[in-house]
Amino acid sequence: MAVKQRIDARGAFCPGPLMELIAALKLVEVGDEVEVWSSDKGSVSDIPQWVNKVHHEMVGVTPQEGYWSIVVRKAK
Amino acid sequence: MAKKILIVGGGLAGTIIANGLCRQLRGELSSGSVALTMLGATDTHMYQPGLLYVPFGRMRESELFRDQRKVLDRRVRFVVDPAKHIDIDKKAVTTQSGHTHNYDFLVIATGSRIRPDNIPGMAEGAHWFYDLEGARKMRDALADFKGGKIVVNVNVPHKCPVAPLEVTFMLRDYLAGKGVLDKTEITYTYPIGRLHTLEPVAKWASPEFDRFGIKSEIFFNTKSVDPKAKTVTSEEGTTLNYDLLVAIPPHTGQQVITDSNLGAGGWVPTERNTLLREGSSNVFVVGDTTNIPISKAGSTAHFEADTIIDNLASLLKEDRWARNYDGKVFCFVETGMHTGTYVWFNYTTPPNPGPPSQMVHWFKLAYNRLYWLSARGLL
Repeated sequence: MAVKQRIDARGAFCPGPLMELIAALKLVEVGDEVEVWSSDKGSVSDIPQWVNKVHHEMVGVTPQEGYWSIVVRKAK
Repeated sequence: MAKKILIVGGGLAGTIIANGLCRQLRGELSSGSVALTMLGATDTHMYQPGLLYVPFGRMRESELFRDQRKVLDRRVRFVVDPAKHIDIDKKAVTTQSGHTHNYDFLVIATGSRIRPDNIPGMAEGAHWFYDLEGARKMRDALADFKGGKIVVNVNVPHKCPVAPLEVTFMLRDYLAGKGVLDKTEITYTYPIGRLHTLEPVAKWASPEFDRFGIKSEIFFNTKSVDPKAKTVTSEEGTTLNYDLLVAIPPHTGQQVITDSNLGAGGWVPTERNTLLREGSSNVFVVGDTTNIPISKAGSTAHFEADTIIDNLASLLKEDRWARNYDGKVFCFVETGMHTGTYVWFNYTTPPNPGPPSQMVHWFKLAYNRLYWLSARGLL
């Protein structure tokens, strides 16, 4: 059963939402989902681009009040 | 009965907090109404940022270390006996020697550690400067280096987010000074689609790389190192040959954190403004040990420590909260052997690095000496 971990990276400039996601994915099992909250609009393109390059799976990008919820599944 | 403050970890954050509390709680410590104990792993205190200069012969090993008892206020009960298990429910910490220390307030400052062993082949095939032994080996490797391919390979998470760029620029200057730069190719790898996670820093670094002829491979998430073939391969399928591999190894928190079930990867879930462990009202977490999504850096630890000193002192003296941490981080960035810049930011202010200058480099060199005043809580 997939476990969803949430990273609240709103207002995080360094290392930033994508780097937090990369670190978090190292700690979860294949098939687990990680949700990132980012207030940086760049994450909406940066994260899917990285996920595509590294061959994980995008689950979804959802706009929220002042931030985005981005969910990624560890695929390998 | 004295209120017991227990600090687990004797690095920069724990040391600043201990010394700061000694000043703010002078009367309480003298009267015996407050007792302050620190559990450390070693009796020496190391200036970790100085490790960056060791491979280039710019700092001596002896300059990195001081006797921790001399750095600490004499009112701190300092015990060299690292924590083995932290029991939040019982308000007790058991050490490696088997002693148990009870507390009313706990500060977890155990820090992070490099884990080259988490990437196959990296421990055998790479050099690094993130610990003393690694810095020594890198210094020797650079002394023997007569030209060839150098790969600077960045992995996450890691402390000091600007150090990979600093070591790259310093390498370039060092090799130029040695007269082997024209026989050397430097390639810098980074896990995401630009040269640094901070976009303004990446935008500044990109033309600098072009100017100095430094190559780069972005979207390079290291899968493995082959020490025999001298290659490093990414999850994305790129393989680079190297003669010298300078790695920024991935980090984890300390074993005691995972063994005590306090956080995955050794990072303790921490509330970003109060710096209290999530679910606790008497357990503070500071520095690299938190899971807060900000830089793992000495300045972060320093600004967090100042906040915790104010809050702990205020809680003990006046039974009230003093102030919140605003996410402040300040980092010098060495842009070579002769120039530097800096970035600062907090939760609401984005970073905006200025142009490199000799003056900022001199400030950084001065801070290498002034650090000991920071650790003593005087700066």
